[in-house]
Amino acid sequence: MKLITAVIKPHRLDEVKDALQAFGVQGLTVTEASGYGRQRGHTEVYRGAEYTVDLVPKIRIEVLVEDADAEQLIEVVVKAARTGKIGDGKVWMVPVETAVRVRTGELGPDAL
Amino acid sequence: MPTLNGADTAFVLISAALVMLMTPGLALFYGGMVRVKSALNMLMMCFIALGIVSVLWVLYGYSLAFSGDVGGVIGNLDAIGLKGITPETLDGELPVFAFILFQMMFAIITPALMAGALADRVKFSAWAVFIAVWVSVVYFPVAHWVWAEDGWLFKLGVIDFAGGTAVHINAGIGALAAVLVVGKRIGFKKEPMRPHNLPLVLLGAALLWFGWFGFNAGSALGPNGDAVNMALNTQVATAAAILGWLIYERIRHGAFTTLGAASGAIAGLVAITPSGANVNALGAIAIGLVAGVVCSWAVSLKYKLNYDDSLDVVGVHLVGGIIGTLLVGFLATEGAGVSQFGKQAIGAFAVMGFTFVVTWILAKLIDVTMGFRASEDDETAGVDQAFHAETAYDFSQVGGSSTASVSAPSSQNKKVDA
Repeated sequence: MKLITAVIKPHRLDEVKDALQAFGVQGLTVTEASGYGRQRGHTEVYRGAEYTVDLVPKIRIEVLVEDADAEQLIEVVVKAARTGKIGDGKVWMVPVETAVRVRTGELGPDAL
Repeated sequence: MPTLNGADTAFVLISAALVMLMTPGLALFYGGMVRVKSALNMLMMCFIALGIVSVLWVLYGYSLAFSGDVGGVIGNLDAIGLKGITPETLDGELPVFAFILFQMMFAIITPALMAGALADRVKFSAWAVFIAVWVSVVYFPVAHWVWAEDGWLFKLGVIDFAGGTAVHINAGIGALAAVLVVGKRIGFKKEPMRPHNLPLVLLGAALLWFGWFGFNAGSALGPNGDAVNMALNTQVATAAAILGWLIYERIRHGAFTTLGAASGAIAGLVAITPSGANVNALGAIAIGLVAGVVCSWAVSLKYKLNYDDSLDVVGVHLVGGIIGTLLVGFLATEGAGVSQFGKQAIGAFAVMGFTFVVTWILAKLIDVTMGFRASEDDETAGVDQAFHAETAYDFSQVGGSSTASVSAPSSQNKKVDA
């Protein structure tokens, strides 16, 4: 199994969610996140005092998938999240040793 | 024998109600500018002035400000507890009760104005004591100087139609003295202290603007030429100040900000207050433009001079009040010139000197006796929790109301205030 984590622009969440559903993903976890990449943040001005806001709002999506689907799923996420502008985010994948469905106690791929 | 003038009485009562709304308006204006963790405290610092000052005004405030005279500096105690005044008592054709109510609102908002300078970091109990004593030893005498027939500035011929010296310069310089005693917020100039709710700031500014018609036009004490002139000038000076502030901001900082528009409006309102009945509409526009630009520049002074006037009470109210008070010397439709300018300057500097010294001593006394400042822990965590046992917003499901346990209300186990 693999854990795919995507950090994306908040307004792309619906597109990514729809694309994942179309791909056949059963469940996902969405978290509000903040951070920055190479573009850093932006500057705000209050009565002449400038504040650099470097942690900008992001959405973090996590999906557990079977190994065979992982590469393709990453492509689906990247395609749905891309706007072509700076700050589109990142997607990465890590191996997962096991997973358990809490309700039934099923293990591994059965728990997905 | 004079009889009650219904039009004047109705006008003053409605004006009093308008001015009353300014204090909650001010609370929202300031409340939106602080951080989430101390938003309620900011509202309460203003709102408590309604509670404390209304009562003191009836007990002895009105008497000290407007009853009798001792050497031009303060009234006497003849009208203590409003003794001897009945609903039938008239001053000219206006019931004295109407005047008492109207002036009460000025006494309330003046100390509340200082709250913005001390945002986020003072004990609520100390603040309550501070404003109770401050109105007694600073506001009541200064109101007597400026507005009572025997007051020394009134007799000198200083023009302060609706409170440029007695309210705005007074509160602005008082705020400066208080912040010098209390000190800077933890993290001043290091942490970002962004306003948490700019729509609230704009709403508060709008309510202030609305109420200010009562503040300024109401000071004519009747629906007459002065009142309509003042009402018109209130509108155009405020409008011009918005433009002045925004243009300055766009040139200096590259954006037309919401906070700038709201602040510009307040600067214009402050500046037209002392002078509005004595200038024409073009003079009002000039005063507004100057106030917008200069106040916008002045708010940056705190970073250069290194004092922490949290919400720029000095930059907006003191500087705006001085601009209006001095400019009327030259722009007044009657009697303008160096002589009037000199009188205006004496009025402004007398109030600044007196109020600065007395406020500094008072703040220092409170600091060494009961302690003015919140503890470091309370300030860091936010004074809302510490002094009001409340929070302004419930954002998070984790640690929010959904997971909090509920127990029956009891008078015990409450840690409120220090």
